[in-house]
Amino acid sequence: MTISSFSDPILEVKNLKMYFPIRGGFFQTIKGYVKAVDGISFSVRENEVLGLVGESGCGKTTAGRTILRLYDPTDGEIWFRKKDGERVEISKYTQKQMMPLRREMRMIFQDPFSSLNPRRTVKEIIGEPLIIHNIARGRELEDRVAYLMTAVGLDPAYMDRYPHEFSGGQRQRIGIARTLSLSPRLIVADEPVSALDVSIQAQVLNLLQNLKEDLGLTLIFVAHDLSVVEHISDRIAVMYVGKIVELSETENVLYHPLHPYTEALVSAIPPADPDIKMHRIPLQGDVPSPANPPKGCVFHPRCRYARDICSQQEPTLREVEPGHFASCHFAGELSLRGIGGE
Amino acid sequence: MNGTSTTDSLPLLEIKDLRTYFFLEKGTVRAVDGVNLSLQRKTTLGLVGESGCGKSITAMSIMRLIQEPPGKIVSGEILLRSRTFGQVLDLAKLDRHSQTMRAIRGGEIAMVFQEPMTSLNPLYTIGDQIAEAVQLHQKVSKKEALERALEMLVKVQIAMPKQRLREYPHQLSGGMRQRVMIAMALSCNPSILIADEPTTALDVTVQAQILDLMRQLQEDIDSSIIMITHNLGVVSQMAHFVAVMYLGKVVEYGTTNDIFHRSLHPYTVGLLNSVPVLGRKGKKVLVPIEGIVPSPMNIPPGCPFASRCPKVMPKCREVNPELQEKESGHWVSCWLYE
Repeated sequence: MTISSFSDPILEVKNLKMYFPIRGGFFQTIKGYVKAVDGISFSVRENEVLGLVGESGCGKTTAGRTILRLYDPTDGEIWFRKKDGERVEISKYTQKQMMPLRREMRMIFQDPFSSLNPRRTVKEIIGEPLIIHNIARGRELEDRVAYLMTAVGLDPAYMDRYPHEFSGGQRQRIGIARTLSLSPRLIVADEPVSALDVSIQAQVLNLLQNLKEDLGLTLIFVAHDLSVVEHISDRIAVMYVGKIVELSETENVLYHPLHPYTEALVSAIPPADPDIKMHRIPLQGDVPSPANPPKGCVFHPRCRYARDICSQQEPTLREVEPGHFASCHFAGELSLRGIGGE
Repeated sequence: MNGTSTTDSLPLLEIKDLRTYFFLEKGTVRAVDGVNLSLQRKTTLGLVGESGCGKSITAMSIMRLIQEPPGKIVSGEILLRSRTFGQVLDLAKLDRHSQTMRAIRGGEIAMVFQEPMTSLNPLYTIGDQIAEAVQLHQKVSKKEALERALEMLVKVQIAMPKQRLREYPHQLSGGMRQRVMIAMALSCNPSILIADEPTTALDVTVQAQILDLMRQLQEDIDSSIIMITHNLGVVSQMAHFVAVMYLGKVVEYGTTNDIFHRSLHPYTVGLLNSVPVLGRKGKKVLVPIEGIVPSPMNIPPGCPFASRCPKVMPKCREVNPELQEKESGHWVSCWLYE
């Protein structure tokens, strides 16, 4: 247990929902909703890394973006604890009200090729937030940019160059430097290494880890690659069709899963060692559409442990063991296999 | 793998000193720059390396799919023990539009690509597309070809195959599309299947299904597979042999166990140390490979890895080490092992 776990959470999310309307017909009337995020609750402790994992379409990216209020949530609460200790409920904030908070909550994007403006120099890209928030100009700005570039392992001599002159890994560092420019406290990193080559991935992962330690950052790390998430996260939340199905310390989730979906997900990852043989648990069928999720437990049509109750009643995310949450009617009763289990 | 001289132990495909260059206005890109490989019957060869290392261009060269110009196979041999022609053919010397090459491409060597959506024609039904592939290589009627297509869909375990036959690619999920690609590739019983990042675009649970399927099919129809991927997990679970590529060259080749447990080349070692492995308890520190891959347009003399190698010696920057057999069946190109 770390000290931080005793303090108040920096972020608390309660029953957050983000629905996107599906329009159709002559008058573009609303025909239904894509329930991208459908009632998730969790909290993030100061200075921890929370991994948000799941397969494509599970809502992990939408969740990350909604927390930063890039979308207007359909329902639910988002509580953020500011630098001065005040807790604010930001889910209903206007963009203008959000503005001062944007210095404290920032985002790192996946694709270092499309997230940087090709017509701006590195100095302009990294320095822009400082200008917008009226923090530094001129000489001072340049010093600050040079400091940030050094912090992420780039040579400040290159500050007048353009993004295309850098490699993928270096571009991701530029993005990270921009994110750090306002000394944020909470960062949502959306697949920050998945577009990078494996040898470069390690460089960026190590950088993020060091920055977290040195600057006392809190990270929400959104990714689909469980081995990357295991490496960097203190806790992991597993999402499936808009819901969190399991949440706990990294070790618990991967080695002692309580939800059948986590068990299947973990078993599907090929270990990079020919001596470890995979014991894959096959999943039947496809992921259901978030526009039309199944009744009861969202996972029941594919679950090998499903019983009658699973198709009728939706399980809630409950604390099955201390600090270990799962949303399954039979969590704790099933004996599920984690990594390396027989 | 070496030793006995029975015909069965002869490699099915042998690549000797293959060089494929692209001649562009800006300069010459030496995408494949002296690749040596061999593929045994009924085995899977994993071709690993980072983007730009030439693994896909090697595959495209085997299939003779390189656009000429700007690309060209400038030297080397691609020796295939052809079933149809009953002799060893050097594919590198054939005209890529010749009858022979067209019979081999898709007939004896088939390929599955990374993006199943862009490699299927959105305007034709699944059935038509598989049937077309069948009719290209076998003299059968459309009806028989469609029957063959149905048979293949059953083989790749697609649910409701009869209905799927009449559907269009957009009606299928990513995993199903990749199954269709595999069905199409295998419809003519190729002796070699080249799979270029076949599961990279897929989710892990779907990836696991596709890998299971490929393993099963390999046993059923006894073909060899060349599996191109950057995912070391996939390679370790699928391949019997592994070739590690860097900047257009094979720097290490051996059994999967050799590569993962007794790796010799500093690049292979670096690659294995830089990847987080699920289930390696305790947060192991990742050791990244420093620096970046040099541009293939401007490859420095000497060993291609010299600029990033932690064990670099003066000699490495001058002369490129040859790929040589260090232990039985375990090849490496590095001056450390001279």
